[in-house]
Amino acid sequence: MKTPFYDLHVKSGAKIVNFHGWDMPLQYLGIVQEHINTRQNVSIFDVSHMGRFEIKGADAFELLQALATNDLSKLNDNQALYSPICYEDGGIVDDLIIYRINSQRFLVVVNASNRTKDFQWIASHSNSSVVKDISDATALVAIQGPRASQMLERALPALDLAGLKPFDLIKANILDFRQPIANKKEETKEEIEEEREEEKESKDNNKKKEELIISRTGYTGEDGFELIFDSSQIDIWEKLMQIGMPFNIKPAGLGARDTLRLEAGLMLYGNDMDEITTPLEVPLRWTVKLEKPSFVGKQALATRPITKELVGFEVLEKRIARYANKVFIDGQPAGRVTSGGYAPTLRKSIGFCFVPPSVSPGQLIEIEIGGKMYKAKIASTTRFYKRK
Amino acid sequence: MSEEEIRFSKEHEWLVLNEGGIATMGISDFAQRQLGDIVSVELPKVGSAFSQMQPMAIVDSVKASSDIYSAASGEVIQVNEDLIEKPELINQSPYNLGWIVKIKLSNPQEFEQLMTKEEYDVFIGESEKEEGEEGQREESSDKREANEQSK
Repeated sequence: MKTPFYDLHVKSGAKIVNFHGWDMPLQYLGIVQEHINTRQNVSIFDVSHMGRFEIKGADAFELLQALATNDLSKLNDNQALYSPICYEDGGIVDDLIIYRINSQRFLVVVNASNRTKDFQWIASHSNSSVVKDISDATALVAIQGPRASQMLERALPALDLAGLKPFDLIKANILDFRQPIANKKEETKEEIEEEREEEKESKDNNKKKEELIISRTGYTGEDGFELIFDSSQIDIWEKLMQIGMPFNIKPAGLGARDTLRLEAGLMLYGNDMDEITTPLEVPLRWTVKLEKPSFVGKQALATRPITKELVGFEVLEKRIARYANKVFIDGQPAGRVTSGGYAPTLRKSIGFCFVPPSVSPGQLIEIEIGGKMYKAKIASTTRFYKRK
Repeated sequence: MSEEEIRFSKEHEWLVLNEGGIATMGISDFAQRQLGDIVSVELPKVGSAFSQMQPMAIVDSVKASSDIYSAASGEVIQVNEDLIEKPELINQSPYNLGWIVKIKLSNPQEFEQLMTKEEYDVFIGESEKEEGEEGQREESSDKREANEQSK
């Protein structure tokens, strides 16, 4: 499967990899370069492979409130919220972002690997709400980095993007994009009239296709925004690249996306969480609101014993730990690595692993990499990097 | 470094013959491009002996770990300690600053049997062509494992 921007990635010389059936850019200029550029300037990511659903109806809020562990009653219009959704036994179906556009219209963004599963889960719980998979009809592009806000202010001057708080969103129009001045040639009166007629026609016929939803969200640990728009509007990528030039914008692929989120302490479903893990066993306790009257999995989460804990670690030698590497404490098998990799900003080998709940920060452990044991240390947090 | 003096193994190591039966070894530009950003190198101990094609060192790139094989039999007499702090030298300068070990060859004939630069260029041309035909797709083994193991 390919996103709307696939040809652009190939043209840029991206190395393409198969990610859960999607042909995605792993890297363009190099993972470390793309990572550092995101931390210092701004990067653009194609994340259209992720699932996007639209939920409409008078019961939309109730449906999502019944499935999410987090409390949606705190959401106002034009706000988003992060939450896991769980099975009856407390195991995680997926972690996702819920956008409240208004009381009768919500959007949900889910992991690419869970698109089918999540759609069936949400749709099967709906009474009257209409649940629609809009993944193929839309694209999702992330702009991330300390200069993201400046750059998007330049791109969409009519909107107050700098004023958005984290997880706020704006429902806008792609016509709000400022035209690149360099390309505007002198137009004749007739050409201007023609353009106005075309615009009016397109406004009448294509209101849906011009919708642009911008949220102050991201998966990198930097300031940033995510843009959802119709999948026919692929020239938005080039527009963003042009407007981003003075801000040193570069495209970044899945490789840098992974190193960025790992440093920032953000988890990845399939690695750090799965159907047999509860949100209380990973650093997501803050998303579980047991004071809600009910939600799927509440009973189990309130009573199920916690048998393992996800913690951060730092390898004390130069090797990189990776998914499924075994963890040993005092010579005994104690757990396994769920995510591991190199942290370019910190120049360290870090990761997350499951250990028994009794383990403390600072504790020395050993990780088996390629059949040999390497020394590592439990960190006090999974959040190795905090932006200034 | 003239072209007659450099040889290549099928595992993409290069070997340059110095004086006194000593050879310098590293990995090719093709190999460093395949690996991507190299972030750590585990070097062998000075004095350790390896036979041809025995794993001798390990490089970690951001996405994967790879064994480096000894292109010829011999004893390691020096390792490039600069690689400990700056493993990226292998990416930046694979034939020069990114050298990995110096070996005292125990069987100098092995050197002659390795590929010349022309032969190696054909060898990698063939594998690059294969990649091109597959539409430049590469399985991301970490993610596949994750997908399989999480079920």
